[in-house]
Amino acid sequence: MKILVVEDEKELMQAISASLEKEHFIIETAGDFATASDKIAIYDYDCILLDIMLPGGSGLQLLEELKKLGKSENVIIISAKNSLDDKLKGLELGADDYLTKPFHIAELNARVKAVLRRKDLGGKTTIEIANVALDLKERQLTINKENIPLNRKEFDILNYFLLNKNRLVTKTALAEHVWGDNIDQADNFDFIYYQIKNLRKKLQTAQADIEIEAVYGFGYKLIEK
Amino acid sequence: MKLLNKSIIYLSVSLLLIISLSSIFFYFNLLKEIKSSVDEGLDNFKRQIIYKTERDTTLLTHSNFNNGFFSINEITHLQALQIHDTYADTVMFMRDKDDDEAESETVRMLTSAFEKDGKYYKLSIINSMVEEDDLVEQLLHGSLWLYGILMLFIILINNFVLQRLWKPFYLFLNQLKQFRIETKEKLPAVKTNTKEFIDLQNAVHILLQRSIESFEQQKQFIGNASHELQTPLAITINKLELLIEKNSLKPEQAESIYEIMNTVERLIRLNKSLLLLTKIENKQIFDNKQINFNKIVLQNINDFEEIADFKAVKISYTEGGNLAAEMDSSLANTIISNLLRNALFHNIPNGTVTVFVSENSITISNSGSEKALDAQKIFTRFYKSEQSQNGTGLGLSIVKAICDLYGFSITYYFENSLHHFKINFK
Repeated sequence: MKILVVEDEKELMQAISASLEKEHFIIETAGDFATASDKIAIYDYDCILLDIMLPGGSGLQLLEELKKLGKSENVIIISAKNSLDDKLKGLELGADDYLTKPFHIAELNARVKAVLRRKDLGGKTTIEIANVALDLKERQLTINKENIPLNRKEFDILNYFLLNKNRLVTKTALAEHVWGDNIDQADNFDFIYYQIKNLRKKLQTAQADIEIEAVYGFGYKLIEK
Repeated sequence: MKLLNKSIIYLSVSLLLIISLSSIFFYFNLLKEIKSSVDEGLDNFKRQIIYKTERDTTLLTHSNFNNGFFSINEITHLQALQIHDTYADTVMFMRDKDDDEAESETVRMLTSAFEKDGKYYKLSIINSMVEEDDLVEQLLHGSLWLYGILMLFIILINNFVLQRLWKPFYLFLNQLKQFRIETKEKLPAVKTNTKEFIDLQNAVHILLQRSIESFEQQKQFIGNASHELQTPLAITINKLELLIEKNSLKPEQAESIYEIMNTVERLIRLNKSLLLLTKIENKQIFDNKQINFNKIVLQNINDFEEIADFKAVKISYTEGGNLAAEMDSSLANTIISNLLRNALFHNIPNGTVTVFVSENSITISNSGSEKALDAQKIFTRFYKSEQSQNGTGLGLSIVKAICDLYGFSITYYFENSLHHFKINFK
């Protein structure tokens, strides 16, 4: 899987690339409009992370170029501007998602994978890991072909962990993903512990071959047994 | 003190002075006039008496005033030479027709001398004068009446004229009182051709323009600064996230990094809140559509369920009607979630949060500290009560800003040991 990161802030570009490389993606980068324009014209990518404000032009122009070239790459706009206008325009021009800086690495990871999966699965909406299958459309969890009922939040938590398999997910990132941006002072997110505890219990009882393990005191990681 | 009253005070004091001075002047003038006319009369009498003595020598025996208004006394030639016609005020003891008893009265007396048949006589003629105390009294009366009537008319005219003259000023003042810099409304205008008021208007406009400019600049600065902070914050948090994933970290190192991350998170939230505030205040285009608040409230209560359980706070919901409003859905969500979060986090264990939705209002009530909050301050930015440490201090300011944007009113009150926040949508 090849991903193009179009971002003029070098440090941020490196951080994003480093994180995506852990997921075994092949990463290419472009630091300005011209480079990005050249690259999208020559190569094909599975996903493009696109900053809107670039030296030499706007990311939205690149979207138009992509459209003209007839390429249907997956594009996730990453912008410092939480502007409804840009968002609507971006999505209209064919972007798949819009992420406002700053974001959690786990969130970016989840978005990239969700976008890629949508393309890959081609209609199929189930993630399968070991003996666990999560049906995104029906919002159902099956372990060993047995249906395990989950509430909405448990489902979202598990989905987020599956998208970030083997990666450290902090309580903060998880809370923001599941409970929304508006959760912002929740006593260090201690309440998450109880949610994870319930989910773990369900996984264990159903003898799932995946496990959510605690990392240090503040994060979790989903691993295959 | 009102301008009207002030001008009346000045006028009344100066009028009092003018009228007293002119009365005094008038009094002396009048007295002088009276005397000169009395003196003329006395002179005529003198000539008549001297003429009458030619025929009636008995007149020469009137040596005192008992028989009339004159006296004639024989004098020596030498004495006669010393006498010139003199007029003098003198006091005599006499009884007027309006007096019951004789009393001393001021009279005018002419002293003269004449010669008849080689003999010399001194002639004194008196004429009663106007009584000065009566005159003073009359004048005082007159002046007081004049003063009173003048004042009455001045007050009436002043009232009418001043109110007419100052009407544009007061209209302008009222507009100024209601003027809010942040609303970007038209500058207050004065409707008059009075030069002073137009000058005032121009000066006020210059001042307002400057305030508006610096207000805009300040807003823009906050917006730009927050915006510029986004990328460095993104770099910081992402680098820390990568660092913490390294397996070589000792637990205490990881713990420290997490603490730093939490601090950066706080910065990020603060920055996001500031950006949102700026966005609301700049009235940047929002996606307004019909919002069903009952649904949003229920969804938010559902979102907060786990946190409420964790904090042992019970959230209850009562519906008194369907509430719909035209607004941006994410802002509607922000209002409700900020208020709910506020109610949850300033609560006590085993406390309650009650949400009541009626056709045109939402009331969120919560248990908490036993003291009412300062209703003046809670909506101001960065105001924090003693107990809260974690929040950005912007949550309620954002709610207020959104309410202001859409013309909803939000009020806080403390009743039955509960803190209530009520939004009126109509």
